[in-house]
This record gives sequence, structure tokens and C-alpha cells, in this order.
Amino acid sequence: MNRTTHPPGHRRVPHRKGAAPAAAPAPGRTPARRRPASQQWAAWGFLAPVTLYLVLFYAYPLYRNIDLSLRNYTVRSFVQGNAPFTGLDNFRTVFDDPTFAPALLHTVVFTVVCLVFQYTIGLALAVFFNQNFRLSATLRGLFLVPWLLPLIVSASTWSWMLNSDSGIVNAALGMVGIGPVNWLTSPDWSLTSVIIANTWVGVPFNLVVLYSGLQSIPTSLYEAAALDGANAWQRFWRITFPLLRPVSAITLLLGLVYTLKVFDTIWIMTKGGPADSSTTFATWSYQLGFGSLLPAFGPGAAVGNLLVVTALVFGLLYVRVQRKQALS
Amino acid sequence: MNTSARRRLTAAALTVVAVTVGATACSSGSGSAGTKDADGGTYTIWDPYPQFDKSSEWAKLLDVCGKSAGVKIKRTAFDTSDLTNKALLAAQQDNSADVLIVDNPVVSTLAEAGVLTTTDDNKVDTSKVDPNLLAAGQAGGKTYGTPIGANTLALYYNEDVLEKAGVDIASVKDWPSLTAALAKVKAAGKKGITFSAIGTEEGSFQFLPWFWGSGAQLTALDSDQAVSALSLWKGWLDKGYAPNSVINNTQTTSWAEFATGDYAFSENGTWQLANAEKVGFDYGVIPVPASAGGNAAAPTGGEFVTIPVQGDTARYATSQKLVSCITSDENLNYTDKTLSYVAPTSEVQDKQIAANDDLKPWVDAVKAAKGRTSDDLGTKYPKISEQLWKAVQSALSGSASPKDALDSAQSAVK
Repeated sequence: MNRTTHPPGHRRVPHRKGAAPAAAPAPGRTPARRRPASQQWAAWGFLAPVTLYLVLFYAYPLYRNIDLSLRNYTVRSFVQGNAPFTGLDNFRTVFDDPTFAPALLHTVVFTVVCLVFQYTIGLALAVFFNQNFRLSATLRGLFLVPWLLPLIVSASTWSWMLNSDSGIVNAALGMVGIGPVNWLTSPDWSLTSVIIANTWVGVPFNLVVLYSGLQSIPTSLYEAAALDGANAWQRFWRITFPLLRPVSAITLLLGLVYTLKVFDTIWIMTKGGPADSSTTFATWSYQLGFGSLLPAFGPGAAVGNLLVVTALVFGLLYVRVQRKQALS
Repeated sequence: MNTSARRRLTAAALTVVAVTVGATACSSGSGSAGTKDADGGTYTIWDPYPQFDKSSEWAKLLDVCGKSAGVKIKRTAFDTSDLTNKALLAAQQDNSADVLIVDNPVVSTLAEAGVLTTTDDNKVDTSKVDPNLLAAGQAGGKTYGTPIGANTLALYYNEDVLEKAGVDIASVKDWPSLTAALAKVKAAGKKGITFSAIGTEEGSFQFLPWFWGSGAQLTALDSDQAVSALSLWKGWLDKGYAPNSVINNTQTTSWAEFATGDYAFSENGTWQLANAEKVGFDYGVIPVPASAGGNAAAPTGGEFVTIPVQGDTARYATSQKLVSCITSDENLNYTDKTLSYVAPTSEVQDKQIAANDDLKPWVDAVKAAKGRTSDDLGTKYPKISEQLWKAVQSALSGSASPKDALDSAQSAVK
């Protein structure tokens, strides 16, 4: 125990001083102090890879993105690196853009509706598979397929199936006498279509996590409830649901962060169109930065930052919930 | 610090070993743009032809050109849509390719960014190139490259479908006669026309022949002529002459629809010629008609060969040799055959027609075609184009009338 708590305690020292040479006075004072100093070096050594990794792959890109969003980048200043600092101008441009309000609405609707359906269907399936009938393991395995498929494959398949003229969905609807629906090409339906596809992709994640949560509920509780005369419905609402609450909270919070940033499914299926009817912040950010021949890096980065902040808020919420659970 | 320094040392040592070992082998790894050997060295070429691998004729041609210039070639192929940003990033890091082959509407953007050298500086000869093609690579009186080939749009038609519907292709001369032909085709139980109206540059590219054919100008998206062009497309969708899926069609999916043999017409490009031979029905090609007859100007497609700015200006001389080799008459003829493009110079066009008579309508179409960034639109074009494809999408999907869609497009451009 002592050993494992040591490095984090030492980590704080070099962190505050910022650089290794600052720790140099430590060795050479007394022989007794020598030992911790070399240990400190070792701690640094262990810490270096992860610090380097975090700085290179998290801190620097984040800094670059914030920098991009605060400067007025044209293609010329992007190349020559002399873009003038314009404060929050890019954010103002983004807020004033006629796309902002619809994009915000779509992002909220997309995230909430996807989460509700993913969670409900995932939970229903988890309870169903918890019965352990024959072939249940095989079936559960099959349900994982959407999760394992690369998004480009599943999204392309969905866009073929939902094609207005040659899609299988419209063909099936036609057989029962329902007229063709322009799933991807009508502004009234495009958001619904991407929600359907994304729900399908997200159900397995909910299924797996909730299923493992169900496993940890002791069966004796159900037996006791059954003896007391509780029916299946009561058993679900009085036992399963309350005991599953911690797992549910984590599933929903993770799902929220995943859904907020969904880009591939929407981009492949509708490109955020037609007429911005399925544009979310994620696709809008891409559209601004890379979607046209003349990239608007500044506003694109600004929209990206809004997404990062939103995800961060919910990420922190997730950490808090987790800490609470660890304490209880 | 300590560990990273040691690591860097190890990395350096490994690099030295790798370089010594790999010196005689083919060019390896990255950073070749930075390597400046006294003896020739390695020159990098970026192109948007990922369909050609190492064993392709195109890659071999580049190697041959490299050999004749006394240098080694390192070629990287990118997806077209990726190449602009990659080129900008590379320029930002002062790590540009020595020769960059890019889609023509991008040239003015890269030129604006100061990424490309002018032909005054790099001494590439563009005197033989057709002026209407070269215009796409010109901005502010300067020329920033030379076209490797050109393609454009025209209407492919399915002879069998038209025959069954009782349509004589010679009667299709203007918009009313084309719409009448589509009505006959639909009445005969077949499908009318397919095109691509997707919300990307492709959508604008496909709409432009109709836009220009109406007499509209890119500087006024809300003109009556422009509205008439968009209303034409909208009318086709409403009457079922064109499938609703065109709103999400790329040019490739639109071609796939035509290849089913159900459609009478398809607006598509020169590059589909090779595929057209494989469709299994008789097809023909006519230029896109203008609103009141005659041929509409179609936009030019195809790439430009350019020489990006380098820190070491001594490299331009060799880059110029490479470009001259790639765009020499003989090589152009050869390359444009593999790409299914029309050559950018009259001399080579004549050779192409002599070899393949089917190319005649395409050569005519290319001669009548117009660059998207021409008329000194330059970097204004990307903004106009984005609003144009948005307007097309809004109108076709029914979220706004053609008039309203184009009005808001024009006000967004300003």
C-alpha cells in the first residue's frame, strides 16, 4: 500500500516547480535524502511517457483549437501564420449564423431522442436476455453486431436501405400500401432517419452495460419478492430499476457524450442536409472547416469548442457521479 | 527531459542506421521533401488519383519523368476532397510537395494562400493550352499552373429507352423539348433523367450547365434566369421525371442509376466514358442544351499541375522539368487516355479524336466549357458555390421555393 501511494505524493513536487532542474538541490544535502531524490527521478521517469502523451495528444491540440477559434484565419494567414487575434469574433459569427438555432435544436433533439430509445430498448433487451433461455448467449452476441461494424459500413447500408427510390424500406412500406417516404431527402424526415440509424448503433452498448448491471443484482431478492406475491411488473419497478440506477446513470452519461459527438453516421447518410435539416454541431463544425473549397477554420473551431465544452460539462458530471458511487 | 533526450538520441541513431541501409533501396519513409541531396535527390509529387497504385501507368510515367530529370520521385495520392487541406497544412509547415496536382477550382484558393508559384517564376510553358481551360488557373493576371487534362458534363442517353418511348434524340434541342421527351419516357413506363444534386461541390458542378444555360451569372444567384434553371430541376422532381434520390446522389451513384438501363438520360462526365462501354445497352452523348436552344456552357473539370512555393528556390528548375515532362504532348495524350480526359491543347485533342471518334462531342463540349473560378471570381467562387448547392438542396427538398432559396443564397454571399 505504502509503495503505491508514494509516486502520486511525489508527483506533486515536480509538477509545481515545473522543471526537473528545480528538483536538483534535493540530492547532496544529506545521505539520508539521497534515496528519495533518486526515487523522484524514477517517479519522473514513470510519469514522463504519460505526461508527454497527454501534452502531445490532448493539451496541444486543444490549445491549437482554442487558438484557431480566437483568430481570424483566412487561407493566406493559415499558411503564413500571422492571423490577427480577434477575440470572440468567431463565436459571434457562429451565434449570428442562421444555421446556429436549427443546429442547436437538432443537436438537442438528436441526443435526447437517441438516448431515450437506446436506453429503453437496451434495458428491455437486457432484462429479456437475463432470463437465460436457450440460445440467449448466441442471440446476445448477434445483437453486438451493430457495435462491431465500422460506422462507414453501417451508415452506408442504412443510406441504401432508406433510399427514396430503390431502398428496401420503401419497398417494404409499398407492399403494405404506404406511399414512398423520402427518408433522406425530405427536410421533415432526414433527422428522424439519422436518429433511427444512430439508435440502432447505440443499443448494443446499452445492452451490454445494463446486462452486466443486472447480473450483479442478487437473485435472492427476486425470490423473496416472488414469495411476497410481487408480479413481474412490480419486480421490475421495485427491484431491477432502483438497483440498476448507478449503472443506468453511467450508461446514460457515457451515451450522452458519445451521441453528442456523432458525426460519421449523419455525414455519410445526409451530409447534414437537405437544407441543414439534419445538421448538428458536429457536422456543422466539419462543414465549416472542411466541407467547402474555402475552409473557414476559425468558425469551424469555434463550433468545435462549443461541443468540447458541452462534453466537458457532462464529463465532469460523470466523474462526480462516479465519485459519489465510490463513496456510497 | 532526460528520458526524452535519450529517446531522441536513440531515434536519431536508428534513423542513421535506416538511412544507411535504405540508401540503395527505393525511397523510404517521410520527410523526403526536406532532403536536399547534391545529386538530384528526391522530389515529391502529390496527386488526387488514389485509384492508381504503384504498378499503374501513371505512377510509371512519373518515375520515367523523374529519371529523365535525374531525380527520384516519391508520389503520394490523396482523395480529392482531402488534398486542399493537406496542401494548406503542408504549406504551413513549409513542407509542400515539389509538384502538386489539384482540382482546378482549388487553384485560386491555394494561389490566394500564397502556396503556389506563378508560371512567371517557375517558367512552365502554358502557351499551347486552350485559353478557356487555362482561365481556371488564373487570378489577378497571373497563371498558377497548367491543366493536365479537362473533363466536363454532358447528357448520356439510353438509345433503347428513347426508342421505346418514341423519342427522336435529334428533337431534343432546348429545355421544353427535353422536358417533353422526359414526359414521353415516363408515359412509356421508364424513368426520365438522373443527376447529382448533393450538398457538396459536386452538386454545384452538376447544376452549373443549367444555370449558365439559362443565361444566369454566378454574380447574381437570384436572377430570373437562375430561378428558371432551378425551377426546371424542381419541376422534373415534382412530375417524377427525375428520382427524388438525386438530392443525395453523388455523380457515381447517379451513374449507377443510369447503368441499370431504366433511365433515359444521365448528366455525367467525360470520366464515365470507359464505364459507358460496359453498361450493356446502346448509349449516345449530347451536350447539355441551353434554355432556348444551342449548347449550354458546362463547367470544366480536371486537374492542374502546379509547383508549390519552396523554401529552397533552387528546386524549381527540376520541378519545372518534371512538369514539362508530365505535360508534354506525348505524355498528355497517354495520361488523358488513362484518366478518360480531354487533352488541354488542340494538338493533342486532334490526336485523341483521330484515335477515338467517340471523343468528338466531348472535345466540342470542353471547348465550349467555362472554368468555375473564371471571370476573375477566384476565391469568391467557393462561397458562391456553397450557397448555390444549398439553394438547390432547399428547393429540391421542398423546404423553400426556387425563388426564395436563391434569394437567400444571394444575400448570404454578400
